[in-house]
Amino acid sequence: MSDAAAVSEREQKILGIIATARGKRAKFRDEQITMAHGAGGKATQSLIEGLLVPALGGAALGELGDAGAIQVGDAALALTTDAYVVKPLRFPGGSIGELAVNGTVNDLAVSGARAVALSLSLVLEEGLTAEALRAEVEAIARAARTAGVEVVTGDTKVVERGHADGMYICTAGLGVRDPRSRLSPAFLRPGDRILLSGSIGEHGTAIMLARGEFDLDATIESDTRPLWPAVDALLEAAGPEVHCMRDATRGGVASVLNELARASAVSMIIREAAVPVDPAVAGAAELLGIDPMYVANEGKLVAFVAPDAADAALAALRSVPGGEQASEIGEVRTEPPGMVLVQTSFGGRRVMDQLVGDPLPRIC
Amino acid sequence: MKFVDEFRDPELGRALAGEILSLVEPGRHYKLMEVCGGHTHSIYKYGVDDLLPANVELVHGPGCPVCVIPMGRVDDGIALAHQDGVIFTCFGDMMRVPGSTGTLLDAKAEGADVRMVYSPLDALRIAKQNPDRHVVFFAIGFETTAPSTALTLKRARSEGVKNFSCMCSHVTIVPPLRALLESPDLRLDGFIGPGHVSTVVGARPFEFIPADYGKPVVIAGFEPLDILQAVAMILTQLSEGRCRVENQYKRVVPYGGNLRALEVMSEVFELRPHFEWRGLGFISHSGLKLSEAYADLDAERRFSVPGVRVADPKACQCGEVLKGVIKPWECKVFGTACTPERPIGTCMVSSEGACAAYYNFGRFAREREVV
Repeated sequence: MSDAAAVSEREQKILGIIATARGKRAKFRDEQITMAHGAGGKATQSLIEGLLVPALGGAALGELGDAGAIQVGDAALALTTDAYVVKPLRFPGGSIGELAVNGTVNDLAVSGARAVALSLSLVLEEGLTAEALRAEVEAIARAARTAGVEVVTGDTKVVERGHADGMYICTAGLGVRDPRSRLSPAFLRPGDRILLSGSIGEHGTAIMLARGEFDLDATIESDTRPLWPAVDALLEAAGPEVHCMRDATRGGVASVLNELARASAVSMIIREAAVPVDPAVAGAAELLGIDPMYVANEGKLVAFVAPDAADAALAALRSVPGGEQASEIGEVRTEPPGMVLVQTSFGGRRVMDQLVGDPLPRIC
Repeated sequence: MKFVDEFRDPELGRALAGEILSLVEPGRHYKLMEVCGGHTHSIYKYGVDDLLPANVELVHGPGCPVCVIPMGRVDDGIALAHQDGVIFTCFGDMMRVPGSTGTLLDAKAEGADVRMVYSPLDALRIAKQNPDRHVVFFAIGFETTAPSTALTLKRARSEGVKNFSCMCSHVTIVPPLRALLESPDLRLDGFIGPGHVSTVVGARPFEFIPADYGKPVVIAGFEPLDILQAVAMILTQLSEGRCRVENQYKRVVPYGGNLRALEVMSEVFELRPHFEWRGLGFISHSGLKLSEAYADLDAERRFSVPGVRVADPKACQCGEVLKGVIKPWECKVFGTACTPERPIGTCMVSSEGACAAYYNFGRFAREREVV
């Protein structure tokens, strides 16, 4: 055997070891919880896949969707829950109350389910002004009306001063699964087009600026809004050709794509130039050294649609108010499995990796 | 974005890539080191290396100021952060760098008051807002960030802020470069010089590279067109058999550097006899500490810092990877004892380090056509 062949054999062997290690389910080996566990990246994944799913998981949880599918007699339902700990409580474009409704109905919507009922738990901090509380309750009521969902049950708790930043909110949502399509990461097919429902990075950037840690002035508003109208239009236009959807919240579009590429062992190629980013968001991200692909959204979905139906689906997304900037940003491929690649606007190609650290905690 | 997009024009990029292709001698393999971590980041972000012919290889240099901080120094920082009444401030990416027992992020989870700042002035502001606490700023970085630390210390002095001090881990760029170049097995053909550092020190300090070691240096900016142009300039020098320091980043870098910044640095800092670099070991006169005149603002003198020394595992071969002698996967601990989750050497700490990139992306990024 020549030296070169021996060398390349050794390289293959090492690549094989790494592939095996990476393919294994993430283990939860940390001694304690750090903020990284809440960031939606690798640490979050180890927490979910290494601790929660092994301990609790049945088939529905194991799918790791935004909502769990349940069947009760003839009723095809979906259930989801979410906790909201955003700081500050109010920010340009929205507030914690509005997020608590939209975030939960959106988890149902991208699972192909129309929200019908919400639960609401309020954890209030001693000293929270009645005025602030009233404003959030009104925001919740308004958002629920807009989303066409009813709050049917709830709970209130109060904790000592210093134990919650004003208030935390938990909501659970019950939805009815829409018969027009079944959605699952397992249905991703090479050739599927990847659609994005609008410009990215607004929520995370708005929160970051609202905290006032940077002396940056920009008018950027959170994009928080219910996604059911967009999902409804998509399903109407493309029906079963819609294979999977996700809302690109914590960790941004990049995290959603990585999660799905890994779950379905497919590859994805994204055209950076096709991803809409508001100039103010792009400017803030540039200054702060953050990639908008990793910044949270609260009203944007990513949809995977069979190639023949992609144009109709895109037109449907664009017809929904707020979806004017919807765009086809890439497609699903086979190689290399589990990886998301980007064709950069500059013309090079690179890997768009999972988020490792935590650029910005407590955004939702 | 105006004044930015101009430097990211894909058509100009393609034209430069074509020029680079025409400069490459068929069959010759070029290894160019980008010294600065900022360049590594741009190369990665824009996929610049994807536009180069496969026989032009970019080697990531020692210029990531976070990655080169040794484990023992992180341990010292963590020990300081745990002291009663201390608010420990540092740049965000420093919080994830592992010491021997954990990161500053872990220390924060254990209850230490560790806060991320974007500038040393933010740390000073926190000190003024918390007069009953003591604020330590973990100062890291090359000559790029050292002047802002120096100015902050001067301001703390002039404003009489007593509850502020600095754990100085600033480093200088020339000694590690000289250490690399001194190595008899060096396989590098040229250097993309560090643009940010050069705005402070100028182009002059790099003259020793062509003069003593016969390698071309082109100081470059951080936009993708800057980097491609610098590669073209180095290849032009090589094809013409020249070697000298050239300045691609003239719009920012003056030959003599920023005299006021150098002045304030020499007032506030002095050279340490030696400083330890992760993966590279001790390098003489490569680190800065606070001068005698600023001793009262030196956290290492105000607090008892353990002065932990954690030797890099002997098997770590970061030095060889940086010199281009071996590929990441040829290192004895690569992928086994040293992984992105538990990094040993500097090349694995940052996601853009040569070893971490290879671990995460395999050979994918290298699948280009060989001319």
